[in-house]
Amino acid sequence: MSHQSTYEPKTGIEKWLDSRLPIVRLGYDSFVDFPTPRNLNYWYTFGGILAVFLVIQILSGVVLAMHYVPHVDHAFDSVERIRRDINYGWLIQSMHANGASFFFVAVYLHMFRGLYYGSYKAPREVLWIIGVVIYLLMMAAAFMGYVLPWGQMSYWGATVITNLVGALPVVGEGIREWLWGDFAVGNATLNRFFSLHYLIPFLIAGLVILHIWALHVPGNNNPTGVEVKGKGDTLPFHPYYTVKDGFAIVVFLMIFAGFVFYLPSVLGHADNSIEANPLVTPAHIVPEWYFLPFYAILRAVTFDFGPISAKLGGVLAMFGAIGVLFALPWLDRSPVKSMRYRPIAKWCFLIFVIACLGLGWCGAENPDNMVFEFGGIGMPFVVLSQILTAYYFIYFLVILPVLGFVEKPKERPESIEASVLGSSPAAAPAE
Amino acid sequence: MKRFIATLAALAALATPALAAEGETHAPENHDWSWEGPFGTFDDRQLQRGLQVYQEVCASCHSMDLLSFRNLGQPGGPFEYLPDPEHEGELITFANPNDNPVVMEIASRYTYTEIDLETGEEMERQGIPADRFPNPYANDAQAAASNGGAAPPDFSVIVKARSGGADYIRSLLLGYDYEVPEDVTLLPGQHYNPYFPGGVLAMGPQLFDGAVPYADDTPQTAEQYAEDVVAFLAWASEPHMEQRKRMGLGVMIFLLIFAVLMWLAYRQVWANVKH
Repeated sequence: MSHQSTYEPKTGIEKWLDSRLPIVRLGYDSFVDFPTPRNLNYWYTFGGILAVFLVIQILSGVVLAMHYVPHVDHAFDSVERIRRDINYGWLIQSMHANGASFFFVAVYLHMFRGLYYGSYKAPREVLWIIGVVIYLLMMAAAFMGYVLPWGQMSYWGATVITNLVGALPVVGEGIREWLWGDFAVGNATLNRFFSLHYLIPFLIAGLVILHIWALHVPGNNNPTGVEVKGKGDTLPFHPYYTVKDGFAIVVFLMIFAGFVFYLPSVLGHADNSIEANPLVTPAHIVPEWYFLPFYAILRAVTFDFGPISAKLGGVLAMFGAIGVLFALPWLDRSPVKSMRYRPIAKWCFLIFVIACLGLGWCGAENPDNMVFEFGGIGMPFVVLSQILTAYYFIYFLVILPVLGFVEKPKERPESIEASVLGSSPAAAPAE
Repeated sequence: MKRFIATLAALAALATPALAAEGETHAPENHDWSWEGPFGTFDDRQLQRGLQVYQEVCASCHSMDLLSFRNLGQPGGPFEYLPDPEHEGELITFANPNDNPVVMEIASRYTYTEIDLETGEEMERQGIPADRFPNPYANDAQAAASNGGAAPPDFSVIVKARSGGADYIRSLLLGYDYEVPEDVTLLPGQHYNPYFPGGVLAMGPQLFDGAVPYADDTPQTAEQYAEDVVAFLAWASEPHMEQRKRMGLGVMIFLLIFAVLMWLAYRQVWANVKH
């Protein structure tokens, strides 16, 4: 790690171990003594919250897998059996299903925080890219996990999403069959989704270790975006941030528990309590809420674009919406990290957040429904989603590159310490 | 930009075909249920009456494959507590619902076919608490064939499986007293009910005043039957609801105290640090 190790093995066994496998030293340097900027606010607690939720999902998932049957004839009933007959199965199943939603709540807040404070910029590009890969794997795990209960939305969601791959020219249909393991979504698909759903969380756990490693080499970014310059800028991670993260984790767990115990199915869809039936299509196929913005982007492309059909265009736009995040560290040309000191970018970011929420709204609605309508004039959701999709891409591909040259940033504090002590005129309160 | 959006919107409005006129679907009527809210519980007597309505009316077409008779006697179930035969006014309960006499009696009203392991022949036996609720049809094809092509839905999780839940099912059961709109044509065997998406369904009205004789003095009206059977179906969809809410209260209190302690610890640790 980047800072000088201050770990001193005291007991005999620690000394013995330290000269063979310095794992206690690694833990001490990473989570006890690690110098952390003293001005991190609560937006910086979501990393710890995400780690807790990864553990919750893996532990509850391992128990569920002991009782779940990945077969089209038994999957639906086995999930109900978990909820009815397994000791505390109703609790574990509800924690796992709602845990996925809260995992995404936390990851979205974590990502928006990174976007606002410029945490993706040098020297943290690799840290950001590993994060985007984790996010992609989370989406894959969540999508396959939603298929496992084998309800109507499971089956039809899987059908819609895997069919997207079929839109790719030449290889699309071959890849789709290869994914299905059959000529339609069926038992082979369910089996492999279960297998991969069990695998991916461990890949995520491995990437989380790399993510923390890549965090600890340059050290944390902070709300000022000014890099750590001296000892006065930092505090040891423990006890300062263990206690602050700990408080945030408990508050977040309270909200989570409120859903698990009092609103266990409010984030789900009623149709998923109907067993999958390939002969009956639900009136309205919608993914889980955390995919709705991307679903809206997918459906926003309603026109052919040269040789690209509307369907392929939608697929490309949807994957492009995530792909553009990989290029973000090089798209944003501004040398200033934190948007606190970027008067124009700050507003563009706020509109970007609203656009993402608006896309989520569009994704939940039938595209032909009207956002508003009076006197025969109205706007259907598909048009709103087209406007918001355009803004999504303009934000990354035009606004951030151009602002780097045209925006005049506000004066930044000399150091984190100066901003905290208020000796700089531009210093803002840390919280 | 504004004009551009307005133009787009106008174009889009022109391009959108008018929604096909058909019977408008009514939103379910909101009803006050005993189990709503963080402390709401099921009323055992109501669940018992609801079971009776299910058995005497619904069960002739609708299965409840995921329920066993023993569920009726488990904690939170309709027959968890029974009047004590030895001490008047007191209640008894059974650690193992399979020993519950009311549950045993209900199960014994049904016969099940199984293979005699001695002879390999089919034999009939009386139901026991471990048996599942009997399905009215031998298989899905028979269920569909007997009902104009569409099998009646299973009721095990029906309240969870319908948007609107308990309110929707109650509204549907009582929603047959509407005039058929002019643009709706009913084929033979179809019925109009504005709470059903699209308005046309195969099931006709099932609940009529006085049709199910209650043992106590609860009003024997279609409204009451609907409320009772929906309560029973809501319990069946989630038999551990009461346990869930009870444990939730403890967990919330624990987390609240934990959060206060963490906050105090945070204030203490950061007390002398500028940040």
